[in-house]
Amino acid sequence: MAIIVDSQTRLVVQGLTGSEGRFHGLRNRSHGTNVVAGVTPGKGGQDVDGIPVFDTVASAVRETEADTSMIFVPAPFAADAIYEAVASGIRTIVCITEGVPAHEMLRIHAFIRPRGVTLVGPNCPGALSPGKANVGIIPAEIFREGGVGLVSRSGTLTYQIGHELTQLGLGNSTIVGIGGDPVVGLSFVDVLGLFEADPQTEQVVMVGEIGGDEEEKAAAFIEAEMSKPVVAYIAGFTAPPGKTMGHAGAIISGSAGTAQAKKDALEAKGIRVGTTPTETAELVAEIARA
Amino acid sequence: MDLYEYQGKELFRRYGIPVSEGRLATSPAEAREAAQELGCPVVVKAQVLTGGRGKAGGIRLAETPAEAEARAREILGLDIRGHTVHKVWVERASDIEREYYLSITFDRSEKKPLFMFTTQGGIDIEEVAASSPEALVRLHVDPLEGYNAWQGRRLVHDAGVEDPGEQKQIAAIVGNLYRAFVGTEAMLCEVNPLIVTPQGEVRALDSKFTVDDNALFRLPDVAKMRDLAAADPLEALAREKGVTYVKLDGEVGVLGNGAGLTMSTVDVVTFVGGRPANFCDLGGGGDAQGVVDALEVITRDPQVRSIFFNIFGGITRCDEVARGILQALDQMAIEDPIVVRLDGTNAKEGRQLLREAAPPNLHAEATMLDGARRAVELAGA
Repeated sequence: MAIIVDSQTRLVVQGLTGSEGRFHGLRNRSHGTNVVAGVTPGKGGQDVDGIPVFDTVASAVRETEADTSMIFVPAPFAADAIYEAVASGIRTIVCITEGVPAHEMLRIHAFIRPRGVTLVGPNCPGALSPGKANVGIIPAEIFREGGVGLVSRSGTLTYQIGHELTQLGLGNSTIVGIGGDPVVGLSFVDVLGLFEADPQTEQVVMVGEIGGDEEEKAAAFIEAEMSKPVVAYIAGFTAPPGKTMGHAGAIISGSAGTAQAKKDALEAKGIRVGTTPTETAELVAEIARA
Repeated sequence: MDLYEYQGKELFRRYGIPVSEGRLATSPAEAREAAQELGCPVVVKAQVLTGGRGKAGGIRLAETPAEAEARAREILGLDIRGHTVHKVWVERASDIEREYYLSITFDRSEKKPLFMFTTQGGIDIEEVAASSPEALVRLHVDPLEGYNAWQGRRLVHDAGVEDPGEQKQIAAIVGNLYRAFVGTEAMLCEVNPLIVTPQGEVRALDSKFTVDDNALFRLPDVAKMRDLAAADPLEALAREKGVTYVKLDGEVGVLGNGAGLTMSTVDVVTFVGGRPANFCDLGGGGDAQGVVDALEVITRDPQVRSIFFNIFGGITRCDEVARGILQALDQMAIEDPIVVRLDGTNAKEGRQLLREAAPPNLHAEATMLDGARRAVELAGA
């Protein structure tokens, strides 16, 4: 098993002919992902190292039975790419693109939810199920297959914690970077629910950071819905109060959005929070040994 | 990006939200002229991107143009929560009968725009939310459906506004505020207070506006409102160089790749007993030149005593980072000790490059925790 991407995944890369799309598309393929198509308007009929390129997502789906899309197009075109993927029958979308306007994401979120589409990102490192499939920019070579689910709002910090886990001999079912933008597709709660239902996942590490109230909502969800142990890490304890959302933001979340507030919310529900990435990995190892 | 009050009011005006007439002044003489043109009394308001202006003496009434000049002289140059006042907004003074609060913002949980409105405006709105939550009326807007007029009527009704003239004006303002919110791709538009004059006229007396940096590429007239002079000089230099840099108050310069890892590095430096001098994020795909630029920014801070490079390569390649470090040491006279920890993509090649060049003030560490400890120790030496 694993979640979101696995050995059944048939991947189409929107923006495969761009330099980033090509580099990571081929890198994903070399890690075993079934990359079946690319889409770049105007470049249909070409190929990227043997991967056929189509003008539209619909034709790529028709010809190759692609069911998952990875988006690498520039920010001004990313929303369009997501809508096209959904309209073409794609049900799992991983959007790597950074800089998608937040108002676009509000509309996209409202559009995909009733359609049952899974969107990871934008501005995220993607999803990796070691030994099965890698969709995104996560360096697969530092992870190994195992029973720890890892979900994070950050990219490189995820690698750091994954690396610490690997050093302790622990492997992962799936690593999911949900992205750090104000409005993203999958939330912590969504991914925690998927891990809870996944037989391969034995425990979960959640890597949060300052801002918003996703971690607080996750704390409530873990207490109410999860049987598997969860360990958390929060970045930004010493961050200066920088970009705030004014008073209005604090009222909505009912929380200051600070690292301490998140840690308190998690610990109040009995969830252990590591103070450093190293300590977080040690907590996971402790649970794995028990 | 946060906007100044006067910029937010300019946007309000464009979207048909009534504001008082005013002028921007950067000198006491200009403030006097503005007061003359507008007619006294006027209010002289410090333009800074922070709250607490009133308490800091940044908002003052003036009965005559000469008084406006004097007040402006006192306010210009004032330090309000670390922000120096370079501009004042001179505005015709308003008679206030009642003060309300109106805002629209992103509800990140619901993933929808959220209106909040209360007739208990003017004071700290968080206090209203805490002490009498029923007085704060909330209403979500479906982003696909957009705004419809009933929503304005409902807010006004539920908040208990009784005067029909007021009801009508506020409902119209609510609709226009939504158009402003969507049209400028704002993350927050706040009117506190929204005032009612003794004549029953409703006006926005203040504005708080945050627009989405990611949307500025298609909003050139909003993008040009960015005030580079407002930023810390080092932060302005960093922005020019494309480096994300936030100045902190310690001695250990911190450089990482990716916001999460860099934030975590700042935390870890603190936990092992050090004081970080900055937050500096190379971003994804940083090349050698990016590293040189970042080091240039970090070393301009005279408080820096040591530098900790914490890199986990994903898109970023560690050999590029190593090249950048060596290039910077070649070009600049950096005397502070540099602690480097490289992992991830091409880490072996990167470490090899540094080992071969072996600059005297460079210290390699194998883990993030050891790197932080070493950098803190070296900063104290």
